[in-house]
Amino acid sequence: MILKINGRSYDVDIQPDMPVLWVLRDILGLTGTKFGCGIAQCGACTIHLDGQAVRSCVLPAGGVGDAAITTIEAIGALPTGAKVQKAWLDREVVQCGYCQSGQIMSATALLVQTPKPTDAEIDAAMAGNICRCGTYVRIRAAIHEAAGA
Amino acid sequence: MTVHRRDLLRLAGLGAGGLVLGFTWPGLLPRRARAGAADMAGPPPTAFIRIGATGPVMLIMPDTECGQGIWTSAAMLIAEELEVGLDQVSLMPAPPDTKLYASPLLGEQATGGSTSIIGDWTRLREAGARARIMLVQAAANQWQVDPASCRAAAGVVHHDASGRSAPYAQLADAAGVLPVPGKVALKPASAWTLMGTAQKRLDTPSKVNGTAVFGIDVQIPGMKIGTVAACPVLGGRLAGIDEAAARAVPGVRDVVRLDNAVAVIGEHFWAAKQGLQAANPRWDEGPNAHVNSAGLVAALAAATQHPGAVARDSGDAPGKIAGAATKLEAVYELPFLSHAPMEPINTTLHIRPDGADLWVGTQVPVRAQDAVAKEAGLKPEQVVVHNHMMGGAFGRRLDVDSIEQAAAIARTLPYPVKLIWTREEDITHDLFRPYYYDRMAAGLDADGRIVGWTHRTGGSSVMARWLPAGMQGQLDPDAVEGAAQTPYDLPAMKVEYVRHESPGVTTAWWRGVGPTHNVFVVEGFMDECAAAAGKDPIEYRRALLQKNPRALAVLNLAAEKSGWGEKLPAGVGRGVSVQYAFSSFLAHVLEVEVTPRGEIRLRRATVAIDCGQRVNPDTITAQIEGGLIFGLSMALYSDITHENGRVQQSNFNNYRMLRIDQAPRIEVHQIDSHEDPGGIGETGTAASAAALANAIYAATGKRLRRLPFGNGALQSA
Repeated sequence: MILKINGRSYDVDIQPDMPVLWVLRDILGLTGTKFGCGIAQCGACTIHLDGQAVRSCVLPAGGVGDAAITTIEAIGALPTGAKVQKAWLDREVVQCGYCQSGQIMSATALLVQTPKPTDAEIDAAMAGNICRCGTYVRIRAAIHEAAGA
Repeated sequence: MTVHRRDLLRLAGLGAGGLVLGFTWPGLLPRRARAGAADMAGPPPTAFIRIGATGPVMLIMPDTECGQGIWTSAAMLIAEELEVGLDQVSLMPAPPDTKLYASPLLGEQATGGSTSIIGDWTRLREAGARARIMLVQAAANQWQVDPASCRAAAGVVHHDASGRSAPYAQLADAAGVLPVPGKVALKPASAWTLMGTAQKRLDTPSKVNGTAVFGIDVQIPGMKIGTVAACPVLGGRLAGIDEAAARAVPGVRDVVRLDNAVAVIGEHFWAAKQGLQAANPRWDEGPNAHVNSAGLVAALAAATQHPGAVARDSGDAPGKIAGAATKLEAVYELPFLSHAPMEPINTTLHIRPDGADLWVGTQVPVRAQDAVAKEAGLKPEQVVVHNHMMGGAFGRRLDVDSIEQAAAIARTLPYPVKLIWTREEDITHDLFRPYYYDRMAAGLDADGRIVGWTHRTGGSSVMARWLPAGMQGQLDPDAVEGAAQTPYDLPAMKVEYVRHESPGVTTAWWRGVGPTHNVFVVEGFMDECAAAAGKDPIEYRRALLQKNPRALAVLNLAAEKSGWGEKLPAGVGRGVSVQYAFSSFLAHVLEVEVTPRGEIRLRRATVAIDCGQRVNPDTITAQIEGGLIFGLSMALYSDITHENGRVQQSNFNNYRMLRIDQAPRIEVHQIDSHEDPGGIGETGTAASAAALANAIYAATGKRLRRLPFGNGALQSA
């Protein structure tokens, strides 16, 4: 099976029902995408599929087809992704950091589609991403900062 | 600077040229020191600082980084006295070594209880000062000048009179053979350049681009990946599996049976998970198969009808209450809680006949090392611990149950194995914060003043299991922390603890420990007293804080900044709580709205904190913000229950977390204090539930006394 990930093509020998999360982490060694719940409840595994934020823990690799996968390792190559990463550091969002790959992927997808989101739009787009450390108020501030940058 | 873990470990392991101030690097010989071979008064500066002939200044972090920002703050303590910039240092985790790295407060190498800054405050600054003095002396010797005529700045020693200078790296060899200074003078606060200023965290750049390596991210050549199912009922045993079915799953490599669990190992996690499902484990559930929550709570309630171990007894509180004009009684209840850090439990191990490597994120590296050694039949010094950043810990990684289990599995396998618990395994096989059942009583005089206060709390003792030496007879000091000593001047108090262990449940530390429990109870009940007295909750507390100026100051600041006393819309209320916990003073005003349908909306949190001398003020704010969210998540939703011996919650769909759309605005106001430093990582969590209960009361007139509140409690109240 051929998967397009971060601008490269990978030929992987896997069962089609294997979630993309485990292809990334265990087959390709791209461990920036995190396992949190396995049932699309926490958002730690968020990646982009043709620019849309999706939960890779429930996305069967066999269903990806030609769609382009982008992960946290390459999101900085996107101007919006780089802005989000910078805002995350400027605003000192991160605590343990485990959920932040997913947060940054969701925030980047939001800003690509909605360049100047309101608080309500931020909340709606980011409510699928749990942060156990409770960095939500800084995530909101960082998204606003990235939107203004 | 950046933290490149692999480079650091390599550098640390190989010596990287140069000398470590001339000493054999103690970190390379952890067990020798542990065995007492290096008996000296306190750790030498080299325990925390390594300066080689090349490369950055390496700082060894005695505390583990779980997200609380301690690595940056600890680095600031050293760098301030060592006279290096944070851009000149690299950080690495301390190896297991009780002698060198035990927390001065906890007595072992553990990160917990909001003790890190308090414990590091003197030892890390002294380490920095000693190393700087040795480096300056080495330069002075070389230049044949008085060391007092030299100065150190940004990793360089200068002799201004002659215009000479030398970077630390060039001086390290000569400095290392000099005697270590004894008592050293530390900079006064007025001379600080780093401490007390908001510094960027040193561990975060790698956490925004996917390069940070948490324990779960470890990749070892030849490694396989497994997952585990333990008996869903504590104390039960594995009765049978369909091993052939498991092995038939593509990618499955091995099946390992333990007495109470089964592990399936595969080429990747997906194979292991599918294999475990196919294995269809069956269980002999054992004596706890009948355990259910109603029974557990009824037994605890019954146990607390009897007197307990006395933590405080002053002024005949029961007698004063009996004779009081107004008597109040209430029962407060707090449920079992799971930790549910975002990074599920995982352990990577390679056990060989002659040694083992452990890759894990743990708050207790020595316990982890000992656990593997014991299971593998090795000596502790044969187990190399590669400690990693943790995707949250919150007390969960103060226990090594999962490491023991992993070792029992890995010792049967010839290859390195990474064992990952599913989220379902993580929650159902957590070790839980105890269920507490608290009986409160107070007597008020005719003016509404408290004349007597009694508090009897009952629940499991984490201390008795985790640190038996910490028990005071039958009294668990953690169970009454925040109850036996409150910020208030109460004329008569009696506080008791009834230890009651529930069958089928193992209990553990959980963020905020004793104060998360007792601040909720004490501050909720204090609010009830204020209401019974017909007084404003803040005015009522002020009257009891006249002998406690720091507590009064944070209360006044929180009141002012929150706009306490303003008229609020219908359905909106503000609640307050005050605490002295982890040697820090905190007051919290929370504003909530309760909708006509009973939904609780968090609007705005205002916190005032006095944690003494501040190291990194932005980390203080971040910890309070995050701690509040963590505590509010608990107060709204968290409730671990049991039926037929099984934990009924299993994932974030039924063990809910607060999400961004529910998060309140949060303001943190810090007191500029020069008192001794206090802890910060758990203060926000401890401050959450009481302010919420009191705000709900202010908004609705309904007094909630059993956590959590967000699962329909208000609709049925």
